[in-house]
Amino acid sequence: MSLMVLIRTAWMALQRNVSRSLLTMLGIIIGVGAVIASMAIGAGAQAAVLKQIESLGANLIVITPGSVTSGGVSLGSGTRTSLQLSDVNGIAKNVPEVAAAAPYSQINTQAVAGGANWFTSIGGTTPAWLTVENWSLSQGRFFTDDEVAKVAKVAVLGSTVAANLFPAGGAVGSTVVIKSVPFLVLGVLTSKGQTGFGRDQDDVVIVPITTHQQRLTGQTWVNTILLSASTPDTVPGVIDSTERLMRLLHHLAPRDADDFTIRNIANVQQVRIATSQTQALLLAAVAVVSLVVGGIGIMNIMLVSVTERTREIGLRMAVGARGRHILLQFLIEALMMASAGGLIGIGLGVGISSVVSLLAHWPTVITAFSILLGFVSAEVTGIVFGFYPAQRAAALDPIDALRYE
Amino acid sequence: MSDPLIDVHGLTKVYGEGPAAVEALRGIDFSLDQGEFIAVMGPSGSGKSTFLHLLGCLDRPTAGSYRLDGQEVSGLSRDQLAAIRSRKIGFVFQSFNLLARTSALENVELPMLYAGILTAERAKRAQELLGRVGLSDRLHHRPNELSGGQQQRVAIARALANGAPLIMADEPTGNLDSASSVEIMTLFRQLNRDQGITVILVTHATDVAAWSDRIVSFRDGLIIDNRPAAEVFPAGRGEAAEPAALRREAAP
Repeated sequence: MSLMVLIRTAWMALQRNVSRSLLTMLGIIIGVGAVIASMAIGAGAQAAVLKQIESLGANLIVITPGSVTSGGVSLGSGTRTSLQLSDVNGIAKNVPEVAAAAPYSQINTQAVAGGANWFTSIGGTTPAWLTVENWSLSQGRFFTDDEVAKVAKVAVLGSTVAANLFPAGGAVGSTVVIKSVPFLVLGVLTSKGQTGFGRDQDDVVIVPITTHQQRLTGQTWVNTILLSASTPDTVPGVIDSTERLMRLLHHLAPRDADDFTIRNIANVQQVRIATSQTQALLLAAVAVVSLVVGGIGIMNIMLVSVTERTREIGLRMAVGARGRHILLQFLIEALMMASAGGLIGIGLGVGISSVVSLLAHWPTVITAFSILLGFVSAEVTGIVFGFYPAQRAAALDPIDALRYE
Repeated sequence: MSDPLIDVHGLTKVYGEGPAAVEALRGIDFSLDQGEFIAVMGPSGSGKSTFLHLLGCLDRPTAGSYRLDGQEVSGLSRDQLAAIRSRKIGFVFQSFNLLARTSALENVELPMLYAGILTAERAKRAQELLGRVGLSDRLHHRPNELSGGQQQRVAIARALANGAPLIMADEPTGNLDSASSVEIMTLFRQLNRDQGITVILVTHATDVAAWSDRIVSFRDGLIIDNRPAAEVFPAGRGEAAEPAALRREAAP
């Protein structure tokens, strides 16, 4: 008996009850969908992190203030005001492997130019920031250390801000008003695009840190200090030296805890990878559970189908079908349901992935491997859970089966 | 002189074990030549059904021998019996047992699928068989589009699909009106006469049994009577008269 005949026979049996076949497949559909989606999210997060490391450089080091502990309650990192501009200069001068060190403070507010206005992120820093961020300008120039020292009211625009405030162009030389302070636009940054996590890096205005502190925020401290180690290999050494230097600069006694946190970009990414991997793992657990439930669904319906078709099985045996013919027929039915469920599930998984990246801005990557894995798990589920009902059908006694009412 | 088609000695079938054991057949000796047309009769529980299941290779005897077409089949495995059924025996049932939503042609092809016959040959043979039972114009009809008599003809064509020399028909007219019954019995007689097909008919109805050449009666697990039909139903007597008359008419 040829395979084509078996497939056709199974197809006809499934066609007789389309809605039931679909319901049977539901578990497989959800299971495979979850497999695809979880792997897409996991792979996407990894790819995004790699992209970010590539754009920032693996040698980026971030110093944030330590946390304030008030009455035993930690208020979280960044709540202290311990970082100073003098720290930046100290590190730049005294840690030899540091290629560049820049402060970075940031507020979100409205920027106005003529009739247009745009809510954006205003960053305050020094010219060294360009080196740290590995960024360059498409028009005009960046502000100088001299302008930082003079608290100059000058600004450099990210390309998104430039496009929104000056849709007709001509940003350089124009004036942008931020918190009632007019800033002369010196230049426009090149477009860097979105981060792997969907944040628009070009939606930014950069001003001298001194102007940022004195004209916009009134802060005397800085939010973060960004360092760039000369090579990725020197990162651990730089972190070590910087920590000792910062303790000296902040006059900390040996038993005092650090009032700052030094992190390598790789550390930050590891946390992000771990988080997305946890989410992927959770989805994978959902996938396994759904596949098992889907398999039980297939087994259940197949058992019903064997019972319903007892007479048909008896007849097939009477006209010469052997046990293995019947076994194969029902196994192929289970496999066909699993395959169809698998294919629909792959569609569902791809759909979920695109919805997730569209709505939640999570990066997702669908790999051929995940599609293969999803399909194979559907087939395996079909075989494993289809086997018992198929075997029961094959073991029927032809006389009893023919007499069955 | 060739071997008989069916040759049975001391055929015994016991259901269950120990004190609960039921002896359904108690050592049957029986033989049937190629080309015979017999009716098996007997009340429920007489062992008639068990006998037919054994002859039909659907079941295995507890003891005794059964030679079918010269081959001893009493000790064969399930799969070997399936192979014998596929080649040697065609079944016709009271309730037709056609596959629903499946054309007459495909129903007739079914036994050929399991016998491993190729697609083109299957279609050709099935068409020819349906022609032989007078359904050339109903090839693509489904069972629910056919009358009872037509459905039973499809079933008969199916029984002949692999060229079996033996047809076992279990109450083939039980679900049919009298006109259709006559049609079906006429068809069996034609197949018997023209192609030498051996027919074993199981029935409760004497008017159906009267179509056969020989009546085998069962009681309590034994054959109690095995006589020509003409002796059991002398022509002109009671219900058997009409089919007997028709039978003579049907013969050329």
